[in-house]
Amino acid sequence: MLKDITFGQYFESKSFVHKLDPRTKLLLLLIIIILIFISKNWLSLLLVALLIFSSMIFSKIPIKMYLKNLKAVLPILIFTMIINLFYAGSTTATPKWSQNLFWNLTITDISLSRAVFMASRILLLIIVSAELTYTTTPNDLTDAIENLLSPLRFIGLKNAVHTLAMMMTIALRFIPTLIEETQKIMNAQKARGADLENGKLIERIKALIPILIPLLISSVRRAYELAEAMECRCYNGGEGRIRMKQLKYNFDDFFTFLIVFIVGATIIAINIIL
Amino acid sequence: MNNIIEVKNVTFEYDDADRKDIILKDFCLDIKRGSFTVILGHNGSGKSTLAKLLNGLYKPTEGNVFVDGISTVDEKNEIEIKRRVGLVFQNPDNQLVASIVEDDVAFGPENLGHSPDVIRNEVDDALKAVDMYDFRKSTPHRLSGGQKQRIAIAGIIAMKPDCIVLDEPTAMLDPKGRAEIISTIKKLNSEKGITVVLITHFMEEAVDADRVIVMDDGKIVADSTPKDIFSNISLLKQVGLDVPQTTELLYRLKQGGMNITTDVISIEESAQKIYDAIHLEEI
Repeated sequence: MLKDITFGQYFESKSFVHKLDPRTKLLLLLIIIILIFISKNWLSLLLVALLIFSSMIFSKIPIKMYLKNLKAVLPILIFTMIINLFYAGSTTATPKWSQNLFWNLTITDISLSRAVFMASRILLLIIVSAELTYTTTPNDLTDAIENLLSPLRFIGLKNAVHTLAMMMTIALRFIPTLIEETQKIMNAQKARGADLENGKLIERIKALIPILIPLLISSVRRAYELAEAMECRCYNGGEGRIRMKQLKYNFDDFFTFLIVFIVGATIIAINIIL
Repeated sequence: MNNIIEVKNVTFEYDDADRKDIILKDFCLDIKRGSFTVILGHNGSGKSTLAKLLNGLYKPTEGNVFVDGISTVDEKNEIEIKRRVGLVFQNPDNQLVASIVEDDVAFGPENLGHSPDVIRNEVDDALKAVDMYDFRKSTPHRLSGGQKQRIAIAGIIAMKPDCIVLDEPTAMLDPKGRAEIISTIKKLNSEKGITVVLITHFMEEAVDADRVIVMDDGKIVADSTPKDIFSNISLLKQVGLDVPQTTELLYRLKQGGMNITTDVISIEESAQKIYDAIHLEEI
């Protein structure tokens, strides 16, 4: 059961968005997040929303996948809305409409509009980040991060970048293995009469110790064996290492960048004019 | 040069602060190019240490190990020796680095700095050689133990080694996985001409070897052909090895006075042998 957890919730498909270079997707995610935050009015937010919705269509990910994701953040969304609803803000404009609920909590048309605006921002943020993880495997993301951070070698951090990427690769590889192992240890301890489900919080935390210690010891042993196996496969750090899968930008990437830049420029223009 | 590996008067000891264990003392061994050698021994006989000495993972305390005439002691030969002599370990889980099969197999060639196209070919060839090409896009934790171990072997083969040393590669596998690994190893030896050193404590795996070496307490106690070794049951029992049931049966029959030899291991051969022996007695 635990074994079947998928990481990064990748959704297999051969869509336009899936085929984009992971670096493109990662950079564009950053740009779009910035665009969401610099959008100060409805018109510019609508533009970002249009951009995101069209990319959702191109990703061919079923809508219900996104909805599932949104359900988890619903409490945060509602909380943000309520806070913004009652927050008068620093605006000097006089509200056209206001309604006093009780005490001095007042809803105005301005606060109502701001609450919806904030909620839409969060909604868009979540959708666009989810789209990245749906359309890109964790491995591709690791490669993209290593590649994008590679200019750091000019300030003497070449090994740091490679080490970070290697650590991420190994972590991704061993998460399922360690989950399986945890399950085995839990079963073994249960068979010896360990009670993991009942008792007060403190007792349950204490019951975890006989699981964590064997897990830690076996992880250290695994790490040692893996290090030897890597050495046997001529691993010598990042020096002289060439990847089999080279990342390559193609026309689709330039095209996507172009569209996002046009939308971004428009939003900045709208912000200045309005 | 006829010998791919030459172990010359090697002494190896673990240099711990509180205890000094001499694992091997004045140990000598030559491995012929293209041969299939099986090293048998129970736990603690020094066979795993020997494996790690063969590719320079461990350096001898005294003496020398030569791979293709190059000494493993010299640090600057490190990569070249590890490329020539690949080492496969017991636990497949702890040898795989990446979460996609082909990326993992590519790890070795990537470290050697080959160009991407060359690596692609080496990876495809290696996966085909272990019959796992169809699983290249799969992820290791969805594979069986035998399949994972074959991926680990492919990861070594991809570096185009002259010799592979396997340290109990079947110890953690079920009988099906064990059979897969042994047939893969035999295929690599006969078709690709890769020298194989298989370290194990399962006698059955030694049947098709060119040469069987029995180790006990850091020393070679027997070094001969499989048939020769298997007929010496008392020695095998003495060093604590599990004797296959068929050989055990033949051994008991012989002790009971039947005119029979114990140099076969497969069930069919044994049955034939017993049949012949009974017939002979009747005549």
